[in-house]
Amino acid sequence: METINYQNFRIEAENICVDYNGKVALYDANLRLKPGQICGLVGMNGAGKTTFFNALTGFVNISKGKIRINGESVRSAQKDQTIAYVPQNEGIDSQFPISVWDVVMMGRYGSMNIFRCPRESDVQAVKDAIERVDLTDHLSTPIGNLSGGQRKRTFLARAIAQRASILLLDEPFSGVDIRTEKLISELFIQFKNEGKTILLSTHDMIHVREFCDLVLLINKTVVAYGETSEVFTPENITTTFGGISPDSLFGPES
Amino acid sequence: MELCSFLTLDSFIKDPLTHDFMRKALLMSSLVAAVCGFLSSYLTLKGWALMGDAVSHSVMPGVVVAYALGLPFSLGAFIFGVGSVALIGFIKQKSRVKEDTVIGLVFTGFFALGIVLVSKIKSNIDLHSILFGSPLGISLSDVKQTIFISLLVVILLSIFRKDLMLYCFDPRHAKTVGINVFFLHYLLLTCLSLAAVVGLQSVGIILVVAMLITPGATAYLLTDKFDNMTVISVLSAIISSLIGIYVSFWFDLETGGSIVLAQTFIFLFAFLFAPRYGIFKLKKLFDGYK
Repeated sequence: METINYQNFRIEAENICVDYNGKVALYDANLRLKPGQICGLVGMNGAGKTTFFNALTGFVNISKGKIRINGESVRSAQKDQTIAYVPQNEGIDSQFPISVWDVVMMGRYGSMNIFRCPRESDVQAVKDAIERVDLTDHLSTPIGNLSGGQRKRTFLARAIAQRASILLLDEPFSGVDIRTEKLISELFIQFKNEGKTILLSTHDMIHVREFCDLVLLINKTVVAYGETSEVFTPENITTTFGGISPDSLFGPES
Repeated sequence: MELCSFLTLDSFIKDPLTHDFMRKALLMSSLVAAVCGFLSSYLTLKGWALMGDAVSHSVMPGVVVAYALGLPFSLGAFIFGVGSVALIGFIKQKSRVKEDTVIGLVFTGFFALGIVLVSKIKSNIDLHSILFGSPLGISLSDVKQTIFISLLVVILLSIFRKDLMLYCFDPRHAKTVGINVFFLHYLLLTCLSLAAVVGLQSVGIILVVAMLITPGATAYLLTDKFDNMTVISVLSAIISSLIGIYVSFWFDLETGGSIVLAQTFIFLFAFLFAPRYGIFKLKKLFDGYK
């Protein structure tokens, strides 16, 4: 078991910028998270939440700035299976012919050999993960036959099976049933105690207050960042959702 | 009476086998169908039908140039197939034109170039056999090349089967856990170009895209398991090839067209009668509720 130094940063993003063919999606964004912290990523659609996730996972390249994951590059974080990404339900093809077991097993691919042959330990990790999200009755169910909540839990199980120390969750609470919501919130507490770092995007203000130690308000850049109790104020929220153009001269400097 | 019909069926199947060219055509087309069918599950799930169409048409000038220069036609096809995709990507990135427009524009351009080249080079290239396929007239060197390419594609797809599935399903996760998505993208493209070039011998450039998407689409209607999908796709592709060649032999029909039509009929059958996803079954369920 890795020993966790709670003083070291898990995620350090310094002044990162991402643009898609010259179109700025995110600029001068900063974020620092330690083990055991849960941070809410809040912003409008198109504010750069997904882009932020993509930059941290290395799915898109940053054009400026620096990202350190556990003090190392994004590339080595990928190799070490450090980050797990839990997509939003709309982000995946639910009609793909694949079972719960196979999806969760994908969490182990990165640490398998080239043929992706599961070892005993992989099988065990997948079993345990599926048990933790309470889907043991659905091992061979195709994901297309699952409810939204069950599908969400499947992808959570994949992240658990991966044994990642950082979890990025895109809208974990959207389109899920009460039971799943309860299970996810219980898992969050467990993850926190295990020293995992969680960054989750959400529209739902109540969830931010309930789960997040920290909150990052973004609108193409960071509007405000800090302890939820201090930063999650009506003024800041208004600014975040108020449609202040990042291109205008009145950039959210303050 | 029963004996009589048995004999008829028997000779229906066995008579063509007395011809050398028919045995070869049946074997080679089955091999080609198996390769295209294997790839087909990935292409249909990835949503690359249009890409398949583009690449298969774009290999045309490559085939012509390779023939003219005495190079293996697969080499030319490969260069132009991958080249077309690179060009599509480049134009899409550097202009405001939408992707499907760029795809249509690039592949028709390549295809037109191929046709112009054929008319200019005036070698012994048979335009008809490139456009419509000639499984009954495959030469020995073509046979060797087809076997080689087919094995190559099957080996590549087998080794990276699971990675490619993950790439089609969730490329973001693949990237996050350190799997080389860039490599997988080009691997799939390479296999697509190679499958197109072997496929065109069976059914020709115009219809080869059917070999690359129809078996996968058929299988997709019949199963919820990826591995089963691949098996069904390969089997339906092989069966269609055999049916197509037999029918074309007995009724004197264009072979490539017959093969693709057989695939289409199998798809329609699945579309109507697939246990879970077929129209007919749904209707029955609906009636059951009333």
